[in-house]
Parts: sequence; C-alpha cells; structure tokens
Amino acid sequence: MASLDDLKKRISSVKSTQKITKAMKMVAAAKLRRAQENAEKGRPYSDKMNNIILNLSNGISDIDNAPKLLSGTGQDKVHLCVVMTSDRGLCGGFNTNIIKKAKLYFQKILDEGKTLKIITVGTKGYDQLKRLYADNIIERMSFKESKNTNYFDADKVSKIIIEKFEKKEFDVCAIFYNQFKNVITQIPQEQQIIPLKTSEKEENSSEHSYEFEPEEDEILSNLLPKNISTQIFKAMLENSASEQGSRMSAMDNATRNAGEMVDKLTIEYNRSRQAAITKELIEIISGAESL
Amino acid sequence: MSEEYSLEIVNPEKSFLSKDDVTEVVVPAFEGEIGILKDHISIISFLKPGIIKIFSNSGEESFYVNDGIIEFKNNNLSILTSLILNLKDIDKEKISEIQKSAEEELNKSEINDQEKYLLDQKLEVLKSIN
Repeated sequence: MASLDDLKKRISSVKSTQKITKAMKMVAAAKLRRAQENAEKGRPYSDKMNNIILNLSNGISDIDNAPKLLSGTGQDKVHLCVVMTSDRGLCGGFNTNIIKKAKLYFQKILDEGKTLKIITVGTKGYDQLKRLYADNIIERMSFKESKNTNYFDADKVSKIIIEKFEKKEFDVCAIFYNQFKNVITQIPQEQQIIPLKTSEKEENSSEHSYEFEPEEDEILSNLLPKNISTQIFKAMLENSASEQGSRMSAMDNATRNAGEMVDKLTIEYNRSRQAAITKELIEIISGAESL
Repeated sequence: MSEEYSLEIVNPEKSFLSKDDVTEVVVPAFEGEIGILKDHISIISFLKPGIIKIFSNSGEESFYVNDGIIEFKNNNLSILTSLILNLKDIDKEKISEIQKSAEEELNKSEINDQEKYLLDQKLEVLKSIN
C-alpha cells in the first residue's frame, strides 16, 4: 500500500491537472461560441454559391465542352484527398474520427488499384498519417499562425488543388472534415469537390432561364475555382467549430474523471491514516498490557 | 412607389448587407457597368474590381468590391464577394495594402492578359478612391 506521503502527492497532482482541464474547457466554450457563430454566418455564402452553380450547370447545353472542373477528366485513376484536421491536440476523438473516415476511403482506393495522393491541412492529421501513408502525402499545410479561420487560407489551399488539377496530377478530389452538429456530435464528412457532384438538383430551378454575361462557359470556368475555395472555407469553419466543441466535451469529461479520482484517493488516504492510528493504538495498548 | 426590390450582399464570413428598399444598383460587371432596376430579366454575371453603387429610399451608398458574382432573380439581387469595403468609413491603410499586393502581383511575369487586365482595373479604382 502506498504511503501517506505518496497519496498526498498524487491527490495534489490530480487536483492541479483538474484545474488545467477545467480552464481548457472554459476557453473552449468561449471559443466555441464564436466559431459556431462564424460557421452559421458563413453558410449563406456557400449555399448561394451552390445555388448559382446548380442553376448554371442546369442551363449549360453542351455538357461535353463543360469546364473540366465540373465534368471531371473522364478518368478515375488518381484520387487526391484533402484531410483537414486541427493543429492542436487534446480535443477528444476529433482528429481520430476524421482520420478513421479518411483511412477507410484510402483503403478502398488502394484496393481498387488506383493511385492515392494526400494533402494534409493541420499538423495533427499529418502526424497520424505519416506512419502509414508517408509516400502518398504530397503536401502538408497548417495555418497555426492565423488566429481565426479566414477566407484567404482557404483560398491558398484551393489554389494548390487547382494548380495540381490543371497539371493533370489527379482526376478526383475529395475533402475530409468534421461537420458540426452540436457540442457532443460531430460527423466526419467526405465530400467530393472535383468533379462537382450535382446530385441535389432542384427540379424547379431548371424552369428558370437566365441571361448570362459573359457566356455560361466563361462564368462557370471562373466560378468553379471560387466554389472550391468556398467549399474549403466552409469545411474549415465547420472544423473549427467541431474542434472546440469536441475539446469542450473532452475536457468536461476529463474534469469529471479527475474529480472522481480525487474522491477515491481521498478515501484511500483517510483509510490508511485511520489504519496507522489504529495500529499505533494497538501497539500502545498491548505494550501497556504486557507490563 | 413600388419600384423597390431586395438586395443581399454576402461575403464568406457573414451576410454583409441586406436591404428591402433598393431602387437601383449599379455594379461593375465584367463587360461593363450594369444598372439593375426592378423587374430586370434574371441574370448571372461577374464583377471586376470596382465600385458598387446602391440607391435606396434611405439614400445612396457605395462599396468597393474586389470581385464577385451577382445573381438577379424574382426581384432578389444577391451579390457574393470575397472582399467588400464601405467607402464611407474606408481605411486608407487597408487600401494601400491591397494596392501594394496588386502591384506586386502585376510585376510577376507569369500572369496572363486577363489577370493583367483585372489588376490594372483594380489599381485604377483603388487610386481613384485613395
């Protein structure tokens, strides 16, 4: 059994850990509110963008000559995966969930004999993937320096993607991120951005005819790169809200666990203290009796 | 006078401006300025760097935009832009910053004619408001 001193030390160390996790929880809660607000404010932009593109792609008459970003290269050999994770740890299953989802996808691609290329955004994703997929990672980025998620970071990512697409380095591009649902639920998402999936076509939108200036093709070829930035930006916003939410609940759990541990240790400490006293008493009494 | 329609300007961070009493909006479209009045035909177009002028019942406002897309449909005008600044409370430093980065971009060798044209436009507009 541990000595009284050891128990005392352990109790105080658990208590100070609890203080840290409690503070992290509060910080995460404060940040979460802002991140959530940002994510909600950012939604109209990406929704509108999506709408316009849907209307445009419905209006396009000559699908064969449509920009490659919309229709794809016609091949399905090389897949590019953009895995978006956080730069910091201690946020529960946040990063692991994204990686898990991504790994499933990677396995599928590799099993089908296709080529896999990976871009990691955020240092934690790189750390987790470098062991298994070091050869597949072609680019790693992190925006540790930017305090808030901003559009220009998203733009940088999308520029790299588009550049690689124009050099025909890949055929299909998918991004992985966590969608924020609420504080305890974040859903890892896989979203294909090149070629663009327009499965959610609204039936009634095609009735509406638009005037385009300049031509449809030109608008589309300008709009699609922007759409990629927008989608990535949206993913970043969702991710940052998810990260804070995940960290908050993880730290809340940790604080509670530390509390339970302190209780248990305190009981053990009291017991062994009492045992020591009883032992001493017995010694004194039996000493007195033998006289 | 029921010559009003609604306008919404959104940038990636938030919904920047939303108005219901707009009578005319002049936007710097890619192929020249377009003035949009009520019951304009549905249109989708691009913006080049320039000034958006909004005439509404509550007065006239002007904004600088970097780029953008406009969509007009059923008397709803949506403007999507990555950067928008109100000319009323414009920050000189910010403008100079944008100007500088545009100049740098212009000096790069690998830009094509279209990009060059856009950057020239941008600088011109920035100079005029600075």
